[in-house]
Amino acid sequence: MSDNTPRLLAHCCENGHVTYPSHPRCPDCGVEQTETVDLTAETGIVVSWTTVESTPPGVREPNTLALVEFSRESGTVTVLGGTTDAVAVGDEVAPVYVEQLRNPEHSVREGTDQAWHGFRFEPA
Amino acid sequence: MDVAVLSASMTQFGTREGWVRDLATEAALDCLDDTGVGASAVDHLYLSNMASGEFEGQTGVMNALAYDIGAVPAYTQRVGQTSASGGAGLYAAWQSIASGASEMTLLVGAEKMTHRTTGEASDIIASLTHPSEYAHGVTLPSFAGLAARLYLDRFDAPRESLAHVAVKNHDNARNNPDAQFQKSIDVETALESPMVADPLRLYDYCPLTDGSAALLFCPASVAREYADEFVVLSGVAGATDTHVVHERDDPTWMDAVAASGEQAFEMAGLGPDDIDVAELHDMVTLLEPLQLEAFGFAERGEGWRYAMDGTTTRDGSLPVNTSGGLKARGHPLGATGVAQAVEIYRQLLGEAGQRQVEAEAGLTCNVGGFGNCVTSAVLEVAR
Repeated sequence: MSDNTPRLLAHCCENGHVTYPSHPRCPDCGVEQTETVDLTAETGIVVSWTTVESTPPGVREPNTLALVEFSRESGTVTVLGGTTDAVAVGDEVAPVYVEQLRNPEHSVREGTDQAWHGFRFEPA
Repeated sequence: MDVAVLSASMTQFGTREGWVRDLATEAALDCLDDTGVGASAVDHLYLSNMASGEFEGQTGVMNALAYDIGAVPAYTQRVGQTSASGGAGLYAAWQSIASGASEMTLLVGAEKMTHRTTGEASDIIASLTHPSEYAHGVTLPSFAGLAARLYLDRFDAPRESLAHVAVKNHDNARNNPDAQFQKSIDVETALESPMVADPLRLYDYCPLTDGSAALLFCPASVAREYADEFVVLSGVAGATDTHVVHERDDPTWMDAVAASGEQAFEMAGLGPDDIDVAELHDMVTLLEPLQLEAFGFAERGEGWRYAMDGTTTRDGSLPVNTSGGLKARGHPLGATGVAQAVEIYRQLLGEAGQRQVEAEAGLTCNVGGFGNCVTSAVLEVAR
């Protein structure tokens, strides 16, 4: 994997608390998050999912979203993301990079620093 | 110092003509006219509103309102806490009187939404989310779908238990002339309505609403000069939860409701058993049982039973959302927390007409985001 390859990164403080997304200070203990945890090549388990039938401008319709839990030695970290296919609770899924998760046009964050790329999940 | 609620008003909720400043002005003048307090007597004027800039390109509405009702040069401030702006306004109004900074405070909540499509309005509301959530097109209804699947499965709750919340709140709104939907629905209709965010359907969710509400606050000693009967805001507190919803240990437990409720109860010197009527934030049906559990009205995992077994119906032991709630009274974001307190005010003073219940103490819970910001308030009949 080259350095330019997009990665799904969780963030970790010196006390081993892992979060996704990152925060200026660890929500659990208040110290800086100094390390990253690369989840790009890992698989997680679907904890819950929903399919939204009516979506905001620029968002695919329907839009299936899932809460995906990744197990770590120090605990678990949950990531929210869309899915490429229908999923069920307990399914094993893997991150897949998507260049544009939604079309910024007509969204309230059009023209801002909002990132429009990221990772969805596909059945592993 | 006891902080009194001297007067309360709300406008017709639904699809309304005019701008948010027009709606706010209507509620403000109704509230003042009820008491004989002139606008020039208002020291502080708070406007609870989530997103007038995004909805209609009008900011500075608190200033417009002060000028329109004749309250200049009163101190004025917009209170913005997303859909919990109204509850946060209760807290701001209480602080202004309790601190002695103001002797007469007018709180107005208002929002104008229905000129936008559902998609546009959902996007404006979803702008409260973290960039990592927003990128995926999350909406507040989608958080509810994710949490509902977890809750129903974990506690073995039947899907129709949530439909019963909608049926109950629609039944209540039938007797509320200010409500957006003054009609009953049945469980079958709710369960067969179009899917919105699986497993939740159209009748699980509140509508887009235009509307406004207002409350007038002063020290209890001043209130006695104007009225024989009034209400006291005896407990009020706010709390926050994580900004990123999926970072919570348990998305089906409302930490900020529990924290704000505990503080509000302690301030009032009351507990859940002392509450006779409650207005809870049923943006989606699921939130009603979750709040019943977080406040301690119901055991963990048991809140879903209450609308089904009649505990929270108007003739039950704890009537919840006698106004119709967000589900059927409507949910004009910044106005909702104020309208909740208007309903409790009316119930406590015997002004609730055909939906009247016996009550000496009531509770409101106004939720922003998916439990991100919460204000809880206890109101009692003044003695």
